[in-house]
Amino acid sequence: MNILYFAWVREKVGVAEETLNPPAEVQTVTQLMDWLAARSPKHAAAFSNRASIRAAVDQVHSAHGAKVSGAKEVAFFPPVTGG
Amino acid sequence: MDIRVQQGAFDIGAETAAFAARNTTSGAVCTFIGQMRDFRGADKTSGEPIASMELDAYPGMADKQLADLAAEAQARWPLDDIAIVHRFGVLKPGEPIVFVATASAHRGDAFAACEFLMDWLKTKAPFWKKETGPSGSVWVEAQASDDARAARWKET
Repeated sequence: MNILYFAWVREKVGVAEETLNPPAEVQTVTQLMDWLAARSPKHAAAFSNRASIRAAVDQVHSAHGAKVSGAKEVAFFPPVTGG
Repeated sequence: MDIRVQQGAFDIGAETAAFAARNTTSGAVCTFIGQMRDFRGADKTSGEPIASMELDAYPGMADKQLADLAAEAQARWPLDDIAIVHRFGVLKPGEPIVFVATASAHRGDAFAACEFLMDWLKTKAPFWKKETGPSGSVWVEAQASDDARAARWKET
């Protein structure tokens, strides 16, 4: 699974992208954030305020309760500010 | 339909002329240009000057999301054509960030679709602004007013 980070989430994690194989019990966006947060202090800092983090599963905006099982790409980022 | 996410600058005159030229049978062409402000805060007097801005983008998703928004606009209004150009990378004050154009038989539909596209782009397109001024660099926070503007277009 490719995990992508954008904006301050990327800055806090320290990398833009990583390829990981979460265990089968990681089935939702929330569970993936829990699993990622346990990887390092930087990940933990990035995911400390869940309310300010949005997710996209295979490039589609997804709620924290959405399924990630089987996804190829999951991205984490703050609310968008383009335009 | 013309959807582009690009790092390089674009020419607002050339974009407008090209869009109008390929839609000469449309009675109405509406364009919106978002440009980079030179201050942050409520207004220029109380705000802080900004020297430059970095626009972070999620390239694959941005193209897809803008195309989805354009398809939604076409489903809601009788449009002949849509163009959306959005930049990423480093920008200076005054530079265009986004160009949205709609073509329709009548101005009401062109105006409405153009505003809808901008309102939804602001809350859905995966771009993030980081502004650099005298006190350093800050990621711009999303505005509740943008969510409220986008919510007006939710179908009831």
